[in-house]
Amino acid sequence: MTNVEAQTSDLLRLIPLFPLAGAVVHGVMIGLLRRSLPRSGVVAVSCGAVILSFLTSVAAVSELLSIPAGSRVLVDELFTWIGAGRFASEAALLLDPLSAVMILVVTGVGSLIHVYSIGYMDDDHRDDKGFQRFFCYLNLFTFSMLMLVLGDNLLVLFLGWEGVGLCSYLLIGFWYGDRWNAYCGSKAFIVNRIGDFGFLVGIFLLFSALADAGHATVAFREIEGAIGAIADRTVAMPFGGEWKLLTLVGLCFFVGAAGKSAQIPLYVWLPDAMAGPTPVSALIHAATMVTAGVYMVCRMNFLYAEAPGASAVIAWTGAITAFVAATIAIAQTDIKKVLAYSTVSQLGYMFLAAGCGGYSAAIFHLGTHAFFKALLFLGSGAVILAMHHEQDTDKMGGLRRYLPRTHAVFGIGVLAIAGFPLMSGFFSKDEVLLSVFTAHEIPGHLFLYGIGVVTAVLTAFYMFRVHFRTFWGECRVPLEARSHIHEPASTVLVPLYVLAFLSIFAGILSPPQLWGDLAGITESNSLHHFLAPVLSHAAEHHIEHSTEWILVALAVSAFLMGGGLAWWMYEINPGIPVRIRESVAGLHRAVVNKYWVDEFYDAVIVRPLVVVSDRVLFRGVDAAGIDGIANGAGAMVRAFAGRFLKYAQTGLAQSYLFFMIAGTLAMLGWMLRP
Amino acid sequence: MAIPLDLVVGLSAILFGIGVVGALVRRNIVVIMMSIELMLNAVNLAFVAFSRMHGSNEGHVFVLMVITVAAAEVAVGLGIVISLFRNRDTVNVDDVSLLKW
Repeated sequence: MTNVEAQTSDLLRLIPLFPLAGAVVHGVMIGLLRRSLPRSGVVAVSCGAVILSFLTSVAAVSELLSIPAGSRVLVDELFTWIGAGRFASEAALLLDPLSAVMILVVTGVGSLIHVYSIGYMDDDHRDDKGFQRFFCYLNLFTFSMLMLVLGDNLLVLFLGWEGVGLCSYLLIGFWYGDRWNAYCGSKAFIVNRIGDFGFLVGIFLLFSALADAGHATVAFREIEGAIGAIADRTVAMPFGGEWKLLTLVGLCFFVGAAGKSAQIPLYVWLPDAMAGPTPVSALIHAATMVTAGVYMVCRMNFLYAEAPGASAVIAWTGAITAFVAATIAIAQTDIKKVLAYSTVSQLGYMFLAAGCGGYSAAIFHLGTHAFFKALLFLGSGAVILAMHHEQDTDKMGGLRRYLPRTHAVFGIGVLAIAGFPLMSGFFSKDEVLLSVFTAHEIPGHLFLYGIGVVTAVLTAFYMFRVHFRTFWGECRVPLEARSHIHEPASTVLVPLYVLAFLSIFAGILSPPQLWGDLAGITESNSLHHFLAPVLSHAAEHHIEHSTEWILVALAVSAFLMGGGLAWWMYEINPGIPVRIRESVAGLHRAVVNKYWVDEFYDAVIVRPLVVVSDRVLFRGVDAAGIDGIANGAGAMVRAFAGRFLKYAQTGLAQSYLFFMIAGTLAMLGWMLRP
Repeated sequence: MAIPLDLVVGLSAILFGIGVVGALVRRNIVVIMMSIELMLNAVNLAFVAFSRMHGSNEGHVFVLMVITVAAAEVAVGLGIVISLFRNRDTVNVDDVSLLKW
């Protein structure tokens, strides 16, 4: 891809420009003019901006498709952002197959969620100006996300990376009147900053090595060309031993990705991010922003091809995260918390695939996950609206009688994520597991595959569990409240239908070759072949169809096992869960309390940090040390001048004049000295 | 017939010295102000002399400037003196030393 002559296209700049314009209009209205547009105006500006952005994206991608497959690169150079000596960084946008998939997901799902938000936020009467503020942040987020995926170099990517982090913070704490929401927003921001720091260090390391080798650049396509020059470099680690430089850079980048995409050990912010409004959870914390880390790892695939150690770490972290988050999701009762841990788990899948070199599988799962997880979140939002902001599934049950449409679309989402054959999640999860199964270069890849299958069972189980507990069984809603349960408005339902359609059929567009051979289609894995020019460094593995069928059978049985178990436990024998809970009370408590990870972090990191900051840095260094020096200097001057120097202030004008003349003469004498 | 520069500058220095001494030793505010005028005019004399020596007009410009400022200074100063005399019934600087420790 490096030696391809890029074509330029002015269309690209319009894609992020529309949402930015929307955000600026809202920002000026709220911040400078201090008045809000009528709600219909807000809707027209925001949704119009994102839908225009989507249409422009479609036009740009079709322009990209008209170029022969090997050289599909469109570049839009805006201006030189930083020019310093031999180093220059352009503010430039890059559209290649990878970013094409991302912008379609971001603007497509983004448009649906904008439309959904009209109905969802209209219900919120807490703050009338909040309506416009919400759409302002949503537009700003879309802009930042588009900059992130369209950026032609690491700096533009990082700009978007920080922008989405900011918008995530603003939107999690959107209802900041409640201190808990503000706390959750801060937590997300701070945990993300830890990851961002690693990312920054990685960028610096990579840049300094490249500059040292005579390639002072941060642009992806130039780094790709120059990576060979620094592939053999090593660095001495502080604890001894020599590491490959690119392994270290890859790990630093992954720290950033783990923060943004909620992987162990930095996943703790995502479940708490559910404090934000549900459309935010769907857009930012399921479909788009949290996938930025996966995107970044795939974008840097040429780097990870040179850093097998970092790839192995990514694969293992992804697998463990997928499994641990899935076990936590089993025991949660808050409908959004289940979905949040499910998101963490599915992101783990994506990293598992990316670490094993299955970048196209990771992007495939990223896309299908965006559809079905957005569907599930928006469906849960519809339930939450109907239940008047009640999220606890303990207080739901039997809702399918009151919400048949929501029940149907939510069910489609559950089937898709659980891997019902031929639905989108089925194909993408198969791709992920296949890429893990064939990744011989990753140590313990068969064990990782096993974790993946077990996680698939758990996924099916907890998704059906939450579905049954919400929509099936007996109704646990108080009798007097039942009459208030009603289906949401059409702006809420229509996006759900579209997403349900996509969740079912998105996988058919790009089934694995195994299925293509059945139907007699060559290159049926269209996404893989579409992405191949960008991901040319991904390892290619071939596998017998007979083995592949066994893997498919395993995946289907995982779905049947998880789903069947949930059916048996929550529909046939509703007493079973209680008995299981009592027989393994300790384990249950550990899972319900999320393995006390938050408490552990609190005790090991947060509290010592607060104590050290308060006792040592604040009271010791700042109050006693720095303030002491400043105040002490003042006190000393006052003591000296007040006691002795004040007698110079006689009040007699002529004595002042005398000292002035004496001083002038002294200076003159000194200057005219022989 | 040109007067030698030395003489003019010497006169200027003498006038300035008289002004300094007068400002330091006299107690009457009006006399102190007259001494200050003397110093200013000594400087004016030096300006004119050096300007003539260099054959340029800049010194003359400065002199005009100084005369203007001196006129303003005297106006303000005499105003203060009159105001002081009305309130305290004195023009002796030793009697107005309130601004001290």
